[in-house]
Amino acid sequence: MQIIKDREIVENNWLHLDDEATLVAGDITVSLTRWQEQHVTLSKHEGGLGLRLTGEDPLEEIVPDLAAFSMMVLIFPAFIDGRCYSFARLLRDRYHYTGEIRAQGDVLRDQLFYMSQSGINSFELANPDNIESALSAFNDFSESYQTTALKPQPLYRRR
Amino acid sequence: MYQYDNYDQAMVDQRVAQYRDQTRRFLAGELTEEQFRPLRLMNGLYVQIHAPMYRVAVPYGLMSSKQIRKIADVSRRYDKAYVHFTTRTNFQMNWPKLEDVPDIMAELATVQMHSIQTSGNDIRNTTTDELAGVCANEIEDPRPWCEIIRQWSTFHPEFAYLPRKFKIAVIGTEEDRAATQLHDIGLHLVKNHEGEIGFEVLVGGGLGRTPILGQVIRSFLEKKDLLSYLEAILRVYNRLGRRDNKYKARIKIMVREHGLSHIRELVEAEWVHIRKQLVLDDKEIARVKQYFTEPAYEATAANDVSFAQMQVEDATFARWVKQNVRDHKKLGYKIAFITLKAPLVPPGDVTSDQLDVIADLADEFSMGEIRASHSQNLLLSDVKQGDLYALWLRLQAEGLATANMNTMADMICCPGLDFCGLANATSIPLAKKINERFDDLDYLYDLGDIKIKISGCMNGCAHQSVGHIGILGVDKKGEEWYQFTLGGSSEADASLGERLGRAIPKDEVVDTVVTLLEVFKELRYEDELFLATVRRVGIDPFKERVYADN
Repeated sequence: MQIIKDREIVENNWLHLDDEATLVAGDITVSLTRWQEQHVTLSKHEGGLGLRLTGEDPLEEIVPDLAAFSMMVLIFPAFIDGRCYSFARLLRDRYHYTGEIRAQGDVLRDQLFYMSQSGINSFELANPDNIESALSAFNDFSESYQTTALKPQPLYRRR
Repeated sequence: MYQYDNYDQAMVDQRVAQYRDQTRRFLAGELTEEQFRPLRLMNGLYVQIHAPMYRVAVPYGLMSSKQIRKIADVSRRYDKAYVHFTTRTNFQMNWPKLEDVPDIMAELATVQMHSIQTSGNDIRNTTTDELAGVCANEIEDPRPWCEIIRQWSTFHPEFAYLPRKFKIAVIGTEEDRAATQLHDIGLHLVKNHEGEIGFEVLVGGGLGRTPILGQVIRSFLEKKDLLSYLEAILRVYNRLGRRDNKYKARIKIMVREHGLSHIRELVEAEWVHIRKQLVLDDKEIARVKQYFTEPAYEATAANDVSFAQMQVEDATFARWVKQNVRDHKKLGYKIAFITLKAPLVPPGDVTSDQLDVIADLADEFSMGEIRASHSQNLLLSDVKQGDLYALWLRLQAEGLATANMNTMADMICCPGLDFCGLANATSIPLAKKINERFDDLDYLYDLGDIKIKISGCMNGCAHQSVGHIGILGVDKKGEEWYQFTLGGSSEADASLGERLGRAIPKDEVVDTVVTLLEVFKELRYEDELFLATVRRVGIDPFKERVYADN
């Protein structure tokens, strides 16, 4: 499957493991439940480890563990559910997470601009057929008034 | 007024291009109705019973004559040559074609107007006092703060998919003409003990199904911290607000369910982290304020004697002055309201031809600016008193001099079942019927200030729960019935109206209003106002008579 990462189309090399699936080598992501139950084993995992979060999850409780993850996956159950925009902002601005932050779920072209401004840098589109045309979404606007994950100073400091 | 620089203009132009492409993809079948819906809503486009309805932002109610002419122009070319002003000082077009909206938007962008976030679950147009900058006793002009909030909230990437819509209002006086206690956030410019000006911050007010008055979450906020504090409130709401039930998704429900003190703790804890990052610097405050400096008022304007003289000579003019003209902070200047409440015209409607005349009058008499008010009227804020008679004659010729400000005829009314997909009942025809029955202006003047607000459904777009008389349309087995409330107010003494009793069938609504006014006339002391009488005697005397008659 192809994904967008840092504004380029690349092949996905991560495996999103179900809670029941046996551990495999390579880059994997796990749910919060699995991480909480098997963190000792998972900490020794060879290969990349990623954590999947939904807007329901207690983000602050994960913070001490962040160094264990080379990717954070934020799940959008519906594109109108905006909680993970705040998660992305907090991960980048407050917790200084520098790894990959990926959007998964109902991820559509028309939300990519705001997602990227919030700090998400990779995207599994709900409909990868349109992946080429989706790339233009990052250029929908050339400026933002606010401080964003990409622009740490508000526009009024640059005017 | 604020003027776009290249950054502001680029942002609005790029929005047009983005929405044009979204509309194209929707029409080409590349976006489903479900995917397109939130996108068109955050651009102000609803799909209603008869046609789409397109809502355009009028930031804090302020427009130039050039903008008014453009509104007239697009409403002629793309609609039925009229527009409707709303209680949140936006305007709506009731008959545009979905495929024309990007073109309308592009036209509006040429005069620095937009429809960004006029609907949808995002931060809406920030509203304020219609008399901002021209009324006496103002602590500070709230409009620069509205513009600062407009820029911060426009395309805020984190808050575009909130649990529900989010409305902010700012005022700079003790009187509240912007219904701030009924907003998700209400901001009051206040002075603290040290004499510094900052904000009192209210949170969790709102109308709709569950009307609640806002509560003070912070009694004093320094100006430089405004945006960080707003961001803290919004972040807490975005994470904690309910998303399982859209009727429980507003911040007012979150505050009620978790309690104000808990929400305050969460907001303050969040704020500690971001306070230093998002400081509003003096340079930016000064940059925005320079667009709202006082115009060059003429000191000689106060020397005019014709104004007093014409009121003696022309009783009709005098009546209009008494009803529709307000004092200005500068001696010799007045504020003239153009009520959009002519009998038999839907409240808030104005034709394209009238708009062109209003634009000319603004250029001639009021420094080229026009304002929209919470009461769905327009006003010219800087008229020399010596010009008022000439202005009034011109307004009269256009049917724009209806002298009924704050009378019962100055009703607030939602579009209702005729135009709105959500409504259970009609509202505009009821307003018409009430106006037909009470067509004697002297009788209306005698009754004094009475605010009737009519909403066609529980969503309460006409704010019926804060009407002195509130009328709410409900559906009973396919028939239109109306629930009355009495004693509501949206001003500084805000209160929610009390239910009169069981709903009343449509054909008895006007008679019920007649009965309520009869009881009022019997019980009022001298010139006591309706709201004061209701507060003094309670609703029982009204209730007894209305239901006895039935």
